[in-house]
Amino acid sequence: MKLNIVMKKALRLVLLLLGVSAAAFFLVSISPIDPLQTNIGQAALGSMTEEQIETLRQYWGVDVPAGERFLYWLSDAVRGDFGTSLLYRRPVMEVIGEKAGYSLGLMTFAWIISGVVGFLLGVISGACKERLPDRFITGGALFLSGTPAFWIALVFLTVFAVELGWFPVGLAVPMGVPADQVTLWDKLYHACLPALTLSVTGISNIALHTREKMVQVMESDYVLFARARGEDPRSVVLRHGLRNVILPAMTLQLGSISEILGGSVLVEQVFSYPGLGQAAVTAGLGGDVPLLLGITILSAILVFAGNLAADLLYSVVDPRMKKGGEPR
Amino acid sequence: MRELWKNRRGRTILGIFVTAVLLAMICLAGWMWSDEALLTDLSQKNLAPCWAHPFGTDFMGRDMFIRTVTGLSMSIRLGVLTAFASAVLAALLGIGAAVLGKTADSVITWAIDLIMGIPHILLLILISYAFGKGFLGVAVGITLTHWTSLARILRGEVLQLSESRYVKMARKLGHGAGYISRVHMIPHILPQFFTGLILMFPHAVMHEASITFLGFGLSPEQPAIGIILSESMKYLSMGYWWLSLLPGAFLVAVVLLFHWLGHSVSALLDPDSAHV
Repeated sequence: MKLNIVMKKALRLVLLLLGVSAAAFFLVSISPIDPLQTNIGQAALGSMTEEQIETLRQYWGVDVPAGERFLYWLSDAVRGDFGTSLLYRRPVMEVIGEKAGYSLGLMTFAWIISGVVGFLLGVISGACKERLPDRFITGGALFLSGTPAFWIALVFLTVFAVELGWFPVGLAVPMGVPADQVTLWDKLYHACLPALTLSVTGISNIALHTREKMVQVMESDYVLFARARGEDPRSVVLRHGLRNVILPAMTLQLGSISEILGGSVLVEQVFSYPGLGQAAVTAGLGGDVPLLLGITILSAILVFAGNLAADLLYSVVDPRMKKGGEPR
Repeated sequence: MRELWKNRRGRTILGIFVTAVLLAMICLAGWMWSDEALLTDLSQKNLAPCWAHPFGTDFMGRDMFIRTVTGLSMSIRLGVLTAFASAVLAALLGIGAAVLGKTADSVITWAIDLIMGIPHILLLILISYAFGKGFLGVAVGITLTHWTSLARILRGEVLQLSESRYVKMARKLGHGAGYISRVHMIPHILPQFFTGLILMFPHAVMHEASITFLGFGLSPEQPAIGIILSESMKYLSMGYWWLSLLPGAFLVAVVLLFHWLGHSVSALLDPDSAHV
């Protein structure tokens, strides 16, 4: 029974990854963009000999048909070799590993902070439905949900880094300092503002959803009964509200990994933060197909893992699911 | 007019009208100003906001207010176009999944899972790359990424309807598929479709701005809002705050107007809340 589910999930993941890589490869292969033109430039190409151009064409794999290239790539990828990044001239896995070190820290922090803060705001807002705190929180969350992540990043950068000078203007480490002298404190200090921005962009979604659930709970019969018994509002929220709204909130937050990833692309671009998102943008603009594919696959795995975790969490934490799931 | 103001339904209708006119005005103004937006005046460069230039001017002396409106107009037109295309795609695939049988259903559901499994921005980068960047890439990208959730909703709705008692009864009474879909299905689906369509606008506008900001969208000569904001990044550390702050705030305002419009229209279309 259990094994069956695991097998099914694994099969789904494999199919999904195959689909993602095939779709990504197809999209890249129909592109009219010539990697030689973008990265070397017309002028430089004009001054080269035929032989040099031929070598370059081979390096970027321009002449091999797309289907064949996909099979080559796939047979290597299955063995864990995602090819060599054309722009960084290093194995894709190595580049991704280095960039992910920056990005994952940023995203984990933002994911936790936005989850906790958004959840608390949603609970407060739902418990005080239609009163002043609710108005403020809902209004603020609606405003945030209509604000593009990169503009929040720009505003934070202007206010906190340029005008107030509290934080550095960009990059992940101080400029002009050798790599081995960079301290952990430097790294954290540089990550502060991007992480904060990313957290803020994630809050609105979870706050608004939690508020809806909380309002439903507060209108339920068991809350009415608890009130009639004379429980004060605070203990109603703590004992009846929190337990019922935390599960949907966790599912939602686990399902929002895709949005955090998307947001990190924009935020990293504004702060010149050398993470995965910025690497994806560079790869896309420069026609670095192997790196772009690698990042796409990694993010598909992360999103899948989030959804899977949500499923598992439900069956573990929710007593109703546990009872229904086990054969009697 | 006074009649309309008396109840909340009337006020909502009035609000929808005013918002729609406002958005249409921005759209038109930007269209007419598309030449002025490129006008340079090097004697007036990097001016802070003042009476003559409410949003200031940029490094080439171009008026930022005109540029912002033109950029927004572009975003609105592109957003409306792509949202329409995406909603039609969602309707076709969502309803198709529900009625065309098991194979079609599993293929379409899998496609939805696939698209939702990749972060939007990354997929937009890929699609935009596939179409050689530029206008077509953005338009196709936003169309192909935004249909999934509406398709899912419509699919569920149709499946649920075809299991409902009155549809089963109509079948037993010998009514054909055309009659059933016209009388029993479409009245349920249409409001859902319109709500989904209008709520897609703000997302489409926002994603257009984001992807252009990253450099995959419209070309740098066009005064798109994403271009304006990505240009402003270079001047941030010099303290030219108006270059990013005011156009961005205007973009947020437009997105919020669309959002409000969507919610009001859906509240009116939904019989449960239409007269509250």
